[in-house]
Amino acid sequence: MKAALALIRRDIALAFREGGAIGVALGFYLVVIAIAPFGLGPDLNLLSRVAPGLLWIALLLAALLSADRIFHNDYEDGSLDVLAMGTLPLAGVAASKSLAHWITTCVPLALLAPVLGLLLNFPIHTIPLLVLAMLVGTPAVSFIASIGASLTLGLRRSGLLVALLVLPLYVPVLIFGVSTISAAVTGPGSPWPPFLMLCAISLASMVLAPLAAAAALRTGFR
Amino acid sequence: MTFSLTNLANPTRFLNFAGAVIPWLAVLTAILLGVGLYQAFFVAPADYQQGETVRIMYIHVPAAWVGMGCYVVIAIAALGTLIWRHPLADVAAKAAAPIGATFTFVILVTGSLWGKPMWGTYWVWDARLTSLLVLFLLYLGLIALWQAIEEPGRAGRAAAILALVGAVNLPIIKFSVDWWNTLHQPSSVLRADGPTIDSALLTPLFVMGGAFLALFVLLHLIAMRAEILRRRVRVLQQTQVAQAARA
Repeated sequence: MKAALALIRRDIALAFREGGAIGVALGFYLVVIAIAPFGLGPDLNLLSRVAPGLLWIALLLAALLSADRIFHNDYEDGSLDVLAMGTLPLAGVAASKSLAHWITTCVPLALLAPVLGLLLNFPIHTIPLLVLAMLVGTPAVSFIASIGASLTLGLRRSGLLVALLVLPLYVPVLIFGVSTISAAVTGPGSPWPPFLMLCAISLASMVLAPLAAAAALRTGFR
Repeated sequence: MTFSLTNLANPTRFLNFAGAVIPWLAVLTAILLGVGLYQAFFVAPADYQQGETVRIMYIHVPAAWVGMGCYVVIAIAALGTLIWRHPLADVAAKAAAPIGATFTFVILVTGSLWGKPMWGTYWVWDARLTSLLVLFLLYLGLIALWQAIEEPGRAGRAAAILALVGAVNLPIIKFSVDWWNTLHQPSSVLRADGPTIDSALLTPLFVMGGAFLALFVLLHLIAMRAEILRRRVRVLQQTQVAQAARA
């Protein structure tokens, strides 16, 4: 446990000191949302209708683009080999690094979402629910991304490959994330059933994804 | 020699087995396909509502059985790779992925050709179509991962992990897409209270099902044989390069 906490703290510190790592993801999120109205037209009614989906899709892409940071740097400089030989099981390493990715990427993205929501005429009274759903749903995003990142470790063109491998797995997160918010905005029905499904998907992927990521890391070592 | 999976683990023995089986299987597939297609296009009556378009079903439904069953084959082969290190398991999985992708593509194409006259549009974002599209994307991801990793051993294990992750996720994706939107008619062949299709339509359907199954096994054996030979060629080339480097 101590080793896991130390690893999380180290990864967060690295992400902040690296400079640009967090800012680039936020900037990407802003740009994607900012160019969407040029494609869809400036009609505020239309924008507010598609806002939940756009905010979620752009968040998934922004989180995914920074996913190779989870293992890549440590793989390059050899710290991943040291971590693999340490006391913490490899699944624990994967879980800690995914959690650090969630804290340094997905939480800032979720906190930026309300501001971008205003650009899309997103109803203000549902903004707390939007942030809550994103905070609850994004652990699944980070942990599933860690599977893709570990499978493509050290490969060329790994960024595009990760997107191809992982985006289909995000379908449930996207469906329940968007239906939570659209149920609150337009109805019918309560937003809580999809919200609880979102919680379940996040919890399940926090348990299962590190096992898959650890197995994938081992194939890379041999 | 008893027939078992352990015995076939030896690639040479597998090649002999495949070589012996493939001609017979090819004949069987040709007969079944011939009979099935004849029945489907000339014997089976047209539907009173759907007219002649019902004949698309004889390709669509068997392709769906095989396209989805193929992922099960890959998932089982993935277990074989990761747990028992069965040397042919990742060959089997690798050979099955493009075949499964092709059958899934056939499902999507025949489905949209049927959808145009019936639903009035080639594509609807309905639950079954969407989950099959996701299955197709998973097949593409598997193929891409195999091509991206050069060393076959690592590629096999990585793809096996991805296949199992996909196998765990497919029911969740299916469920969430059902929640999202549904329009496709419910299953009408495999039901607890018996099929709701008349036997005049059902017999050719099952013949086509058998034909597609035989076709899948045939294509799979041929692809596995090709993959084993490709790996042998690769090893031979590597030895040649190594010898040339030494000389």
